[in-house]
Amino acid sequence: MAELHVELVAADRKVWSGQASLVVARTSSGDIGVMPGHQPLLGVLDSGPVTIRTTGESGDGTVVAAVHGGFISFSENELSILAEIAELTDEIDVERAERALERAKEDADAHAERRADVRLRSVTAAR
Amino acid sequence: MGSQLKVYKSRIKSVSATKKITKAMEMIAASRIVKAQRKVAASEPYAKELTRAVSAVAQGSGVQHWLTTETERPTRAAVLLITSDRGLAGGYNSNAIKAAEQLTNRLIGEGKEVVNHIVGSKGAAYYGFRDRPVERSWTGFTDEPSYADAKAVAEPLIEAIKAETAAQGGVDELHIVYTEFVSMMTQTAIESRMLPLTFEKSAEESAEVLKSALKNGPEVLPLYDFEPSPEEVLDALLPRYVESRVYNALLQAAASKHAATRRAMKAATDNADDLIKSLTRLANAARQADITQEISEIVGGAGALADANAGSE
Repeated sequence: MAELHVELVAADRKVWSGQASLVVARTSSGDIGVMPGHQPLLGVLDSGPVTIRTTGESGDGTVVAAVHGGFISFSENELSILAEIAELTDEIDVERAERALERAKEDADAHAERRADVRLRSVTAAR
Repeated sequence: MGSQLKVYKSRIKSVSATKKITKAMEMIAASRIVKAQRKVAASEPYAKELTRAVSAVAQGSGVQHWLTTETERPTRAAVLLITSDRGLAGGYNSNAIKAAEQLTNRLIGEGKEVVNHIVGSKGAAYYGFRDRPVERSWTGFTDEPSYADAKAVAEPLIEAIKAETAAQGGVDELHIVYTEFVSMMTQTAIESRMLPLTFEKSAEESAEVLKSALKNGPEVLPLYDFEPSPEEVLDALLPRYVESRVYNALLQAAASKHAATRRAMKAATDNADDLIKSLTRLANAARQADITQEISEIVGGAGALADANAGSE
């Protein structure tokens, strides 16, 4: 089965890299799914979960990451997701995110609320 | 005469105390270099991918964009100088400042007005002392810069280059001066133009990208689909590119600063060693002189006594 190579990098570290059969991400004009052989693509990502269907060496499974803004670029079966902040769902502390969400709602801090919301949605998507 | 020995002893003691301090600083700096280097390495994948994406849009889309096109008659240029907050780093800060001065003179020679942005209190103090106008300065994070710091530094720069006229604080060019971490032993102050985009003098990766692009011709670059549109992708991409370049420069400058500190402190420790050695020699000689004098006094005293006794008998 055809597969594509994925690099998920944050500004200060490489978050995940491996083989995948499908990557779904949210661009500013809607969700986009990339499979092997897709047309070269460069898009602006919205905050949201990025779902990676892993395959091959990485094993069959699903990796979900919370990505807060960034870019998706795909060419020659190499897909890279660049984000200022990106976290795998395993790294997300759900309780802390929930607390942050409540606090952000109280303070009416739209940014913080959005961040916490993206984290929680990503965790839900991974289950 | 014994007082001379005491003077040497106390000087040796004070030099040893100083040596302990410089040795400790050397070791702290050495451990920080490793940490800083690791951060530089960790930030590289992002910078590399971002540079690739930027060159893909800049060359592949054919769109005209304010971040990639050269102004016909550039009149204002922003210079971002990265120095450190603390000294004790040999020529680190003065080299960076010197490079900035050269760049400033060159830009003024080309008829451009220079707007200064400065990171690190050493650079800010240099410009402040000379009453030079400084647009913005930042301090407090030069030892361990985070991405948020880089964002804070990059933001007014991006604003300035977006602005249309000089009255709004707009600039036509953006230069950056920082100390490149070449190796443990070599750090060089370099300046490069960040915007409008030049690929040949920017980070190594982008130079490579351009080289391969030139070799293969631009038509080899894949024809990208832009989501939502090339202009919007560039709008979103290039500020991130500036931030990542600033971040990289800050990290390299931090690593260079620690390396310079380590070298300066190693030189200080070596000097202290030399000083202790020569002072010990002098102290030994003084002690020996004391002993010799005491013996000659005793012998002289005994001789005088013997003479006196012989005379009385």
